[in-house]
Amino acid sequence: MTPKNTPLADTHKALGAKMLDFHGWMMPIQYTSILEEHKAVREKVGIFDVSHMGEIEIKGEQAFDLVQYITTNDVSLLEEGEIQYSALLNEKGGVIDDLLVYMVSRKRFLLCVNASNAAKDLSWIADQALRYPDVEVVNISRRFGMISIQGPKSEPLLQALLPTPLAKLGYYRFCITTVGESNIIVSRTGYTGEDGFEIFCEWRDTPAIWEAIMVKGRQFSLKPVGLGARDTLRLEMRYALHGQELAENITPLEAGLSWIVSLDKKGGFIGRDVLLKQKEEGVPQKLVGFEVTGRGIARTGYDVCHGDEIVGKVTSGAMSPSLKKAIGMAYVKPELAMEGTELFIDIRGKKVAALVRRGSFVESRVKKEVPATT
Amino acid sequence: MNFPEKLLYTKDHEWTLIEGDIAVVGITDFAQSELGDIVFVETPEVGTKLNVGDSFGVVESVKTVSDLYSPLTGEVVEVNEALVDAPETVNTSPYADGWIVKIKMSDTSETESLMNVADYKSLVKK
Repeated sequence: MTPKNTPLADTHKALGAKMLDFHGWMMPIQYTSILEEHKAVREKVGIFDVSHMGEIEIKGEQAFDLVQYITTNDVSLLEEGEIQYSALLNEKGGVIDDLLVYMVSRKRFLLCVNASNAAKDLSWIADQALRYPDVEVVNISRRFGMISIQGPKSEPLLQALLPTPLAKLGYYRFCITTVGESNIIVSRTGYTGEDGFEIFCEWRDTPAIWEAIMVKGRQFSLKPVGLGARDTLRLEMRYALHGQELAENITPLEAGLSWIVSLDKKGGFIGRDVLLKQKEEGVPQKLVGFEVTGRGIARTGYDVCHGDEIVGKVTSGAMSPSLKKAIGMAYVKPELAMEGTELFIDIRGKKVAALVRRGSFVESRVKKEVPATT
Repeated sequence: MNFPEKLLYTKDHEWTLIEGDIAVVGITDFAQSELGDIVFVETPEVGTKLNVGDSFGVVESVKTVSDLYSPLTGEVVEVNEALVDAPETVNTSPYADGWIVKIKMSDTSETESLMNVADYKSLVKK
């Protein structure tokens, strides 16, 4: 199958990006250097094409009921204009996908899902929606382009282009506004651990909006950033990636995502019974972060050992550009998930020492405080 | 892209500089550019015996792990220790400071099967 192009395909070509087929989309992996792009986001500001992300609109009188039942987090906690990180589970409690739930109103939600899972998510949600006569599920993935602006300078950069005061836009909130002549949705979200914003815009408007941000970005040392740095940035924050840390045979409790699971919410949700049982009996495996203390880089799929026993596999691993240390994540038996536990990674036949680390590898600088309302 | 005339090349994008019976080995400008930022180089122990095509180490970029293959038969007599702390030297100076190993050849006639610069350039163009 020929991979799809985002609305920014010509832009990437003009910038000389190295492209690759990422789950059926031609995406930039890097423009100049993954390390430079990573650094730009940590220190200044970076711009990402994330138009491959899937968007699903859920609307109708029962929109709230459907979203509440198919996702793990409690949608009743959301107000209009707020966003929630959540997960879609199958009946076995496994993660079909992780996603962001945007609440426009109780009758209208926007779900932002992984590109690799968008088609599967859509058919799963459409099947569940059969039980809700007054709800409509619409795939709007090809209507919206998506641009992400991430880094400490993202607010001043974007503020120079938008009429809406961004200082008042809290973390995981969104608003509808304009850039130039184009209507956009802008949210204070991201996948880097830095302050940042994500913009949904009309597919055809995407190149002009990208260009406007690039031009304004010169004074902020803005750099275009590819998927390579997107991956190292999220790994430093220990954010899970579906297909690596998350999968249909892994529950959110195993993945350390109990904070997005509301076991007590009214009406329950798909997969709840399995999670409840796991909570009572304990999980069979736990996702841990680790730092390689010996020489070498742990990579996806490498065996994790404790003593002579293989106890798990690396789900993601890389040299952290910020820390200059090899870091990674792996599933291990729960008794080995304690901070400081010594593990060994089988790196091409050599057992290289690693230590279990709690929390993110690099401190998050997202704007968590809620701004005062005026 | 730079491919010095005086070097010999392999299809695995390594270069060799022959100095008597010593072969200095590294990766080409093309290889380092394809790999991107190099963040780790694993070198063999001095004294390791290598046959043509043996994997003797790896070069890792942020995203990829690439094996290094011996272009010649012989024994490793020196490795570039500076790459432990500065693997990026392979990016910045692939043909000089970014050399990886020196091999004492056991059969210098093997160099005849390596590519000259013209052959290598046509390989890279494909």
